[in-house]
Amino acid sequence: MASTTITRIESRFRELRENGRKGLVVYLTAGDPDLGAMDGLLQALDRAGVDVIELGVPFSDPLADGPVIQRASERALRSGTTLRKILERFPVWRQTVHAPIILFSYFNPILQFGLERFAATAAQVGIDGALVVDLTPEEAEGYVRTMRAHGLDTVFLASPTSTDARLERAAQLSTGFLYLISRTGVTGERSEMAAGVRPLVERARRITSLPIAVGFGISTPAQVGEVQAAADAAVVGSAVVHAIEEHYSTRGPAAIEQFVLGLKAATGGKPE
Amino acid sequence: MTWPDARGRFGDFGGRYAPETLMAPIEELEAAYCKARKDPAFQGELARLLKDFAGRPTPLFLAERLTAQLKGAQIYLKREDLLHTGAHKINNCLGQGLLAKRMGKTRLVAETGAGQHGVATATVAALLGLECVVYMGEEDMARQAPNVFRMRLLGARVVSVASGTKTLKDAINEGMRDWVTNVHNTHYLMGSVLGPHPYPMMVRDFHRVIGQEARRQILRSTGKLPDLLCACVGGGSNSIGLFYDFIPDAGVRMVGVEAGGRSPRLGDHAARFSGGRPGVLHGSYTYVLQTDDGLISNTHSVSAGLDYPAVGPEHAELHRQGRVEYTHVSDQEALEAASLLARVEGIIPALESAHALAEALKRAPSMPPEKMMVVNLSGRGDKDLGIFQSAGIL
Repeated sequence: MASTTITRIESRFRELRENGRKGLVVYLTAGDPDLGAMDGLLQALDRAGVDVIELGVPFSDPLADGPVIQRASERALRSGTTLRKILERFPVWRQTVHAPIILFSYFNPILQFGLERFAATAAQVGIDGALVVDLTPEEAEGYVRTMRAHGLDTVFLASPTSTDARLERAAQLSTGFLYLISRTGVTGERSEMAAGVRPLVERARRITSLPIAVGFGISTPAQVGEVQAAADAAVVGSAVVHAIEEHYSTRGPAAIEQFVLGLKAATGGKPE
Repeated sequence: MTWPDARGRFGDFGGRYAPETLMAPIEELEAAYCKARKDPAFQGELARLLKDFAGRPTPLFLAERLTAQLKGAQIYLKREDLLHTGAHKINNCLGQGLLAKRMGKTRLVAETGAGQHGVATATVAALLGLECVVYMGEEDMARQAPNVFRMRLLGARVVSVASGTKTLKDAINEGMRDWVTNVHNTHYLMGSVLGPHPYPMMVRDFHRVIGQEARRQILRSTGKLPDLLCACVGGGSNSIGLFYDFIPDAGVRMVGVEAGGRSPRLGDHAARFSGGRPGVLHGSYTYVLQTDDGLISNTHSVSAGLDYPAVGPEHAELHRQGRVEYTHVSDQEALEAASLLARVEGIIPALESAHALAEALKRAPSMPPEKMMVVNLSGRGDKDLGIFQSAGIL
């Protein structure tokens, strides 16, 4: 399903591979605490050397998310953030942020916006792709076709409970990278890594040559290192959102940059 | 009837939208259910429990005084309120509970709005020796307090849900979060014809017995089929249970009654077919009350069991076909219908069921006396005494 041109995500993972480095993917919720904060926050992540940014679209019923991201969604919704407003503001963010950015969303906001209109607008404003957390491969045919037509990457999830057949289907529909869920459960920080990560990554490697990112429950530099030993990238979400919740109002984006630099340093990677 | 198709679609509606971690367990559930439904041992055990434990068949009762008062169609009440635990919900809980046990699951998780599904789940968990956790919105726990005590007495853990609107939709979110975390030993016992395939089909199948009995009973006592069926629609389990076996009978009209709440303004009701549009919530593509931006709306109903922003996907298809007519009645109309039934027939209905009754009261007078309607009295109203009291009826 590869398109003829290389996407920003593909080229980022290619660079990492060529330099023998592992990637750091960071999630934050758009509009948390408000849309005006995003400029500074996205730039902070970029400066800290984040390889891919997952920008969450807040939803009223985030059933795959734990309490930290639920609270972020509530803050973002209270500040009036919607998919439409994210797409409207995006060109401003894109001007200063070099890292690839994918939207991380539940399906209904995209469906109501209109699949074709969403993909066309996303491509036009410089979004690199999307991950739709409740859109399973079996329901994703029209979505994937539309995204592909606009040159956007589609990232799908696979989980420790996924059968090989499901893992294969997720890999077939994914471009850019494949996202493996480290353990069953919702998003959130965990003190220990799940033992099932390495076997899952090994299963995925046998099925796909896509770069593999592992997320859910990864919050410390040590865990990032542990994941990167097996996968191509580690995804940190709730821990970053937690840092925004704790420190943004008093210390601004610099606090987040510092936190992410800590994660990055653990991997031996340097900010560009 | 051949729907849903292999992808769980009723026409365009339904399907399977869920976090990937749940997909393998959902596939496993579908396989186990398809095997069990054809297994005489499973069906025999379910039939035995429905009869000896739950108290089936339930009576079909001709409400003579109510009929005489309205001077129109004869009103028959399908007495699901007489079932053990006080509502139709036990039909489905026994079915899914037995299935969970066959699948080797040791823990049941459920959501509940009015508490009837939670009580039925807690009951079945006790009967089968399974652990039980019920998620319930904080607002619903306050307004349906008697059911919270019943669940606890039955050994279930009731977890208060304080997120979002603090009602049924948020309880489902929290139940799903539990399931996705504990998939290895847990069965999610969905309480209505909602959720990803195979839930809407499976829950319908477990409630079909309502319509099968009603059909047999009315034919036996009158030799004719009813002219109208009337049932309330929250997620839509009691209504689909009553309607399903009558769908091929072209002469039988059906009306599903949603919660009209306190006004037609978005947020003040749960009438999905008049205020909603197709979208995805909790695993299926169906009619959903939502904002222009695709965020799920708040809802309101005096009846916790109808206070939910989406409707079962099979109802969405029956609505599209025009086979079932969907309408809504207000909080006030439901309260009045409940208190009328109590005084005229000596039956206190649940406020959910009172919505169906309120619609029947509107229609009966304009129908000739030889016509017959069946109203599904899906649950009893003991749980609602506090609401009657605060509404000034007591």
